[in-house]
Amino acid sequence: MSTIHKSPWLLHYDGSSCNGCDIEVLACTTPVYDVERFGVINTGNPMHADIFLITGGINSQNEAVVKQIYDQMPQPKVVIAVGTCACTGGIFKECYNIKGGADTVIPVDIYVPGCAARPESIIDGVVKGIGLFKEKAEALAASQKA
Amino acid sequence: MDVSTRMILAGCYIIFAPFIIGLLEGCDRKISARMQGRRGPSVLQPFYDLKKLFEKEFLTANKMQLFMIRSYLCFIILSGILFFGGFDLLLVVFALSTSAMFLILASTTTHSPFSSQGTHRELVQIMACEPMELLVAVGFYLATATFNVSDIVMNSDFARVIMLPGFFVGFVFILTIKFRKSPFDISTSHHAHQEVVKGVTSEMVGKEYGMVTLAEWYENAILYGIVALFFLNSNPLSVIWAIVAILAVWFLEILIDNTSARVKWQLMLKLAWGVTIIAAGMNLFLLEIIRGNLR
Amino acid sequence: METLVTALICFPFLWAILPAVIHNSKRRAFFVYLGCGIVMVLSVFTAVRWYLDGGQTLNFRLPYQEMFGHIFLVGDVFLMCFITYLAYKYKKLIISVLTIVSTVIPSAFELVGPKLPNNYTMRFDWLTFIMILIIGVIGSLIGVYAVGYMHGYHIHHHKELPDRRSFFLAMIFVFFGAMFGLVFSANLLSLYFFWEITSVTSFLLIGYTHTDEAINNSFKALWMNLLGGCGMAVAISVGYLWFNTVNLFDFIDLAKASPDNMRYLLPIAMLAFAALTKSAQFPFSGWLLGAMVAPTPSSALLHSATMVKAGVYLLIRLTTAMADNYVGNMVALIGGFTFLAASCLAISVSDGKKVLAYSTISNLGLIVACTGCGYEETIWAAVFLVIFHAVSKSMLFQCVGAIENTIGSRDVEDMQGLMSIFPKLAFILMIGIAGMFLAPFGMLISKWAALKAFIDTRSVYVSSLMVLFICFGSATTMFYWTKWMSKILGAATREKSRDLTKWNEYTSMFFHAVLLVALILGFPWLSEHVLKPLSNDMFGVVKQVISYQNIIIMIVLLVGVFVIPYVNYLMTKNTKAKQVITYMGGANAGDNMNFISSTGEAKEMHVANFYMEELMGEKRLFTPAIMISTFIIIVYQIIVIGGAF
Repeated sequence: MSTIHKSPWLLHYDGSSCNGCDIEVLACTTPVYDVERFGVINTGNPMHADIFLITGGINSQNEAVVKQIYDQMPQPKVVIAVGTCACTGGIFKECYNIKGGADTVIPVDIYVPGCAARPESIIDGVVKGIGLFKEKAEALAASQKA
Repeated sequence: MDVSTRMILAGCYIIFAPFIIGLLEGCDRKISARMQGRRGPSVLQPFYDLKKLFEKEFLTANKMQLFMIRSYLCFIILSGILFFGGFDLLLVVFALSTSAMFLILASTTTHSPFSSQGTHRELVQIMACEPMELLVAVGFYLATATFNVSDIVMNSDFARVIMLPGFFVGFVFILTIKFRKSPFDISTSHHAHQEVVKGVTSEMVGKEYGMVTLAEWYENAILYGIVALFFLNSNPLSVIWAIVAILAVWFLEILIDNTSARVKWQLMLKLAWGVTIIAAGMNLFLLEIIRGNLR
Repeated sequence: METLVTALICFPFLWAILPAVIHNSKRRAFFVYLGCGIVMVLSVFTAVRWYLDGGQTLNFRLPYQEMFGHIFLVGDVFLMCFITYLAYKYKKLIISVLTIVSTVIPSAFELVGPKLPNNYTMRFDWLTFIMILIIGVIGSLIGVYAVGYMHGYHIHHHKELPDRRSFFLAMIFVFFGAMFGLVFSANLLSLYFFWEITSVTSFLLIGYTHTDEAINNSFKALWMNLLGGCGMAVAISVGYLWFNTVNLFDFIDLAKASPDNMRYLLPIAMLAFAALTKSAQFPFSGWLLGAMVAPTPSSALLHSATMVKAGVYLLIRLTTAMADNYVGNMVALIGGFTFLAASCLAISVSDGKKVLAYSTISNLGLIVACTGCGYEETIWAAVFLVIFHAVSKSMLFQCVGAIENTIGSRDVEDMQGLMSIFPKLAFILMIGIAGMFLAPFGMLISKWAALKAFIDTRSVYVSSLMVLFICFGSATTMFYWTKWMSKILGAATREKSRDLTKWNEYTSMFFHAVLLVALILGFPWLSEHVLKPLSNDMFGVVKQVISYQNIIIMIVLLVGVFVIPYVNYLMTKNTKAKQVITYMGGANAGDNMNFISSTGEAKEMHVANFYMEELMGEKRLFTPAIMISTFIIIVYQIIVIGGAF
């Protein structure tokens, strides 16, 4: 029985955002929401992370950075875009330096809308991500067996 | 102690140490969460984490790292076998510092800014702790006239902590550093996040990080074993005292972890050496005087 | 046997003439190789013959002893005139005072003093056996290395310096001769003569380049060693005045017979003082650090097999007379303090040779502390340390010298990633460093025994202090070696280039590496067949210093250190892994070396070691260390001298 979904470690990347979503992400780790009860750890290191959580849009400065960090995460991995900006570019979308949402550089698995996204919806997204993480792990294990 | 007892004890160590320490670690996270008013993860969480790490894809920045880390794990287990097999305590300490060297070499092979920073802090930490570890061995020698772990236990009919209070205090102090707890989680935190990312373990991916975690559990088992050594004696009931002491020390470390802010490595070095000199040094001096009078 | 010993002492002196007069580089090299070969074979042969004869202590007079006595006397006076001339030339007259005092007094006694009974003047025992093997084997290997190194030194790197290689190589042979004489001498007059030769020769070797710095440092070495010589002169005078003997072993027996009589302790204190200066203990460490300006072979020679070993040799001789008395306490405290202070100082320096220098001082400190303790265990530990230190330090110096010739720097920071650029050199360096401090190697065994003995030392203060010194000293030792090792293994920043190391340098270094491994593997044998009889000689009892069980554990650890990484290497060699770049906050510029800076350009990322300048720096620690150690020496000397009168 795979228990891999019980240990999803999270990497939070702050793109071109107003910081509203970042505050809400941090709120998830506080006693009120306590995301650690799912085994989630907010790690600062892509090499150790399973879930890549992006807030804010992609601009030409951080495009390469996001891509590099994504590459440094070992399989299986899940990407969650939190907040309108990360999903689509949000109100910054028309700015000269903005490329758009996170999915313009890396494949995004789960979109969490909101401006700013509420902690409840972020946790909901993370829990969905955990489910997906398990599926991906099983798919990976199956492909390795084959 | 005959060979079969030694082998059984060493075997028990190899098999059970990770489970016991992992469980303690899980309870640690649960209690820490409760202290902070959170629900916290399951007590089995450390095992889930470990299992996941071994299941993840293996990435590497330098291939030398993997065999260094495996050697680190093997050497820690070897030191543990020496300790729980009841051999020479001083040699156990030396073996432990040799194994630490493998960890350091592993993390410097990558030329990563965060892991190099962590490595040097790790070195400072070793430097801060090692005098006290050696002095513990010296203390036991003064109290029991032997370095041999099995003789230390068998030859005494009372808890040696009565003669070695200073050594005990000093040792518990450096345990905070050894367990990577606040205020001293300098080279790599046992929490997820710190200013040098993950310090020495920054570049260790998947199973590498899993092995380092496992090695730390094995090492912690030795350290708890030394705590127990202060209480164990030829009376079998002393085992209860030893377990109580281990739990007390464990809880104390959690309490310290949750109530203290972080300090810089310079202060850590000064504090650790200061406590070593004052607590253990004074105890050492007194024991020498007592022994001198007996002669 | 007498003839062999005479040959061993005289041969290097005579052979020294050859490289001095031959100026053709090829031919001179041949004669140096030949000379080194003969010295090595002769010393090994002498040692083995003596061993096969049953290893009995031999007391004897040299053939033509009278003539040698005159030579020593004339030689002493000649050295005095030579030093006085140099002191006059470089306007350091205070040095001439030292040399005149320390030479005139013993010579005067020898000429006009009471006639001493005709006693034996030489002794061949187990300690001598070990010492001649170290000097003969390690010394001659350094000689072989020197030929290649000095060629590169003058031809490639220091074209501006006058080429005085003939002089240099000749001096190396003189050094061998003096060291052989020193370890055979039982008579203090001959011991003193050879002692002065090593002082003067080292002075000449340090000043080899004739730069201002070299001259200053060489004079520093000279005055410190001459000061030690004065101590020895006092011991000789005391022998003439009070005891009617100048035999080292008579002194020791007298001091042992009445341990509370300060009068008998005085010469021991003086000899110990001389030995402390020669083995570069604090406060006399300055000269060994200054010796770094000399070309590498001379550093290797001074640091490993000769010179500093002369000091600890004498202390090991004296050790039975120092057990649990004031002199022993002084020596132990100075040694322990030096062990700690020098290892702290080694943390703060990044010059490879300087790190080695401090580590030499620190290691010698441990040996000296062991001798001062004066127990069987400590002598066992001390002799082991002497052997291991000689081999690994000589190897390390040669290796750093070769690295300097190849990459043009001896800074530890510049050795980053050496493993991937010059694997052969890096491998030798790693073995040497491992030999200096890692668990199953020499240092550990010795530290184990030393710690045990220090706990048992009778004086409460000395015992507690020594234990603290050792515990803290081991921690700091670990720090500076490990950080060097990790630098070698790091990622390489420089391009691959041609390895400029000569074959003769490699020969010497590989031989050292093999020797070190052999020593480690053979240590139970060494303990049983060499060190046991040695301690039987000195203490009259044979005790198993290290238990059978611990020997097995050490062998397990030793096998572990080699086998575990190797097996793991083989097992993980074919592990599938996806190569990634290291984490730099996502700002890598495509590789591990560069990052995108805030201006958008790629910049090189530089990783450096910790040096803790403000905590352990030379500026902060050196002067206090000198003051504390001077204080210790003065206090104990006053106690002994005051007690004697």
